[in-house]
Amino acid sequence: MGEEPATQDVLSLSDLELPGVQAGRRHIVSILVENKPGVLARVAGLFARRGFNIETLAVGPTDDPTTSRITLTLDGARHPIDQVTKQLHKLINVLKIRDLEPEETVARELALFKVSTDEDTRAQLLEFADIFRGRVIDVSKRSTTVELTGTDDKIEAFERMVRPLGLIEMVRTGEIAVARGRAAT
Amino acid sequence: MRAVDAVMECLKAEGVEAVFGIPGGANLPTYDALYDGGIRHVLCRHEAGAGHAAEGYAKATGRVGVALATSGPGATNLVTPIADAMLDSVPTVFITGQVRTDLLGTDGFQEADITGMTMPVVKHSIMIQDPREIPKAIHEAFHIARTGRPGPVLVDIPQDLSRADIAYEPDDRIALPGYKPTTEGNVKQIRLAAKAMANARRPVIYAGGGVVNAGAAAELTELCTADRFPVTLTLMGLGAFPAPHDQWLGWLGMHGTRTANYAMDEADLIVAIGARFDDRVTGKLSEFAPHAKFIHIDIDPAEISKNVPAHIPIVGDAKRVLPKLMREYRALETDSSRLDAWWERIRGWQERHPLAYEDSADSEIKPQYMIEALYEATGGDAIITSDVGQHQMWAAQYFHFARPRRWINSGGLGTMGFGLPSALGAQVACPDQTVVCVAGDGSLQMNSQELATCVQEDVPVKVFLMNNGYLGMVRQWQELFWNRRYSGVDMKMTPDWVKLAEAYGATGIRASQKETLVDTMKRALETPGPVVLDVHVTKEENTYPMIPAGQAARDMVG
Ligand SMILES: Cc1ncc(C[n+]2csc(CCOP(=O)(O)OP(=O)(O)O)c2C)c(N)n1
Ligand SMILES: [Mg+2]
Repeated sequence: MGEEPATQDVLSLSDLELPGVQAGRRHIVSILVENKPGVLARVAGLFARRGFNIETLAVGPTDDPTTSRITLTLDGARHPIDQVTKQLHKLINVLKIRDLEPEETVARELALFKVSTDEDTRAQLLEFADIFRGRVIDVSKRSTTVELTGTDDKIEAFERMVRPLGLIEMVRTGEIAVARGRAAT
Repeated sequence: MRAVDAVMECLKAEGVEAVFGIPGGANLPTYDALYDGGIRHVLCRHEAGAGHAAEGYAKATGRVGVALATSGPGATNLVTPIADAMLDSVPTVFITGQVRTDLLGTDGFQEADITGMTMPVVKHSIMIQDPREIPKAIHEAFHIARTGRPGPVLVDIPQDLSRADIAYEPDDRIALPGYKPTTEGNVKQIRLAAKAMANARRPVIYAGGGVVNAGAAAELTELCTADRFPVTLTLMGLGAFPAPHDQWLGWLGMHGTRTANYAMDEADLIVAIGARFDDRVTGKLSEFAPHAKFIHIDIDPAEISKNVPAHIPIVGDAKRVLPKLMREYRALETDSSRLDAWWERIRGWQERHPLAYEDSADSEIKPQYMIEALYEATGGDAIITSDVGQHQMWAAQYFHFARPRRWINSGGLGTMGFGLPSALGAQVACPDQTVVCVAGDGSLQMNSQELATCVQEDVPVKVFLMNNGYLGMVRQWQELFWNRRYSGVDMKMTPDWVKLAEAYGATGIRASQKETLVDTMKRALETPGPVVLDVHVTKEENTYPMIPAGQAARDMVG
């Protein structure tokens, strides 16, 4: 037998590849945090400090009074989501982070649209609201306010429709999301 | 008992022997408890001094350093040490007083939102809202500061809560569901790493301060010497591998050795251990180690692939991972002759580019010689702390550190004024060792007030001042990159250091002759109590070699 060192064919360095980097899709990150003072400031501050750009942010209580849920969306093309979640994990009050897969997630956002309306345009607005399954929640002589729930695509589509009618203001909650199926997010 | 008395019990339970600080209105209760609390209090002369002293104490021992300050200005004076401890991963707990809860948010006298202000530079912070939480908060603070990747933890206690009566039961159980550092390292990954190391032809082991923090210097040395692996360390890691040593390339980065930087540049495999690919190490990132694959071992997953993507990431404590890696490597029974050609190349660099300087023709003391003289005068057996600037780089280049926790400097934040107070803290922690602060004449003026602390507390720190009359490192950059336009770097007025030392009740000695320098240093080292040795060195000497900022290792100059 040849006296080749045993190491020769153990592993070729050229076979070592970098772990696949996820393509830059939009991310919905669901963060379960301890209900402690300053937690939101820590999370928001981290994003600001590391230069990660948050698109939407929603915070609220969960079924467990000791925890809160922060749901945020960000543009993964601009920032490696991996770094974002690793940095978040370093915050002591952060309990769990999930970067939700779009196909395995249901996400919803609530938006309120206040539209300038007269008799003619109100009918038009009600028609749009009907198509989008929105609800009128306030009417005055010169304005109508519609409540709409849905994905961000749907809300943006509705916005495009009503803007020409005279959009006075729009308020959005930011998306909240849960994983599909039985398992907890 | 009062909550502050419980704080003393908690500190003692955590093994704290000394704390550094300054009292004020908001932490009066704490100081009242300290009065007969059974813990040594070192009264510093500035909270920044107290904070850096806590860092020095921690860096010299690996134990958690503690600093105390009052609210408002006391707390804000701690911000720099806190940031420093964050960037260099120093286990520290900062306990600040805060205004009474009824004043919170009203811009009360000496109110500063120190938790808000320090949020970006702490590992964690706790604002006390209920006095009964105080003991738990103190224990959590210590646990977080010392475990995982160490760092600073701030505990802010409103004055009224600190004097409230609480029922205290010793209890140091920790319940932090969101905090579980990974320590063991993935076995498959470790095995893969061993294989990669066995197959590398041009490997370099690149280790940093994380190895010192992990107490894994011996494990690192065993791994490196399991074969003839070339070793380089970061500025923060010095001492983690014993220098001088046959496999030692010198430290790497901006003012590291050519050999270490060239080896990184040509390596086919880099094994990073407790190091974070700082820009002072990599130079131009896109041209850093262009031929290498990377194994990255770190306790902090967020460091892995942050700056340089890792082919084999391993999250874990170096103390746990390195022995496993060594066993796996040994089992492969490699033939180290595969490294012959690599070593030949390395030896060539070492011969052609040793660390060297041109000595003066007369009696003038070259700054590099000052450090060589220090190495000789101490026999290498001392804890060396440093300020920030040229003297820091020369100290790291010309003093050789054979053991960890002997080199204490501010690497990440680069804080001038770090040297003296950190020496104070190190000497309090290690009373039987020689502690020398290599100071810069600019830096020393930022915390020279701590000489008073050293004298009062009988802490015999030796300050060896590299006096070049300049903010030398900045002057060097202006000379090299800004057309010699020396703007704001000439300290035409600096104190008479001998008189200043004497004014504080310390000993002052001046040295300006190279022939007698070693003897003068020995005399200074033998003098009881704190000493300032004012060493006059060449005014305009540059620190070389150097990778100009933003350039690649192979572009080293000087
Ligand atoms: C607090 C702080 N301010 C400013 C700087 C920028 N700085 C870096 S090195 C340096 C000069 C330090 O002068 P000196 O202590 O005399 O050391 P030398 O370089 O002359 O050895 C300065 C001003 C710094 N690092 N820290
Ligand atoms: Mg100077």
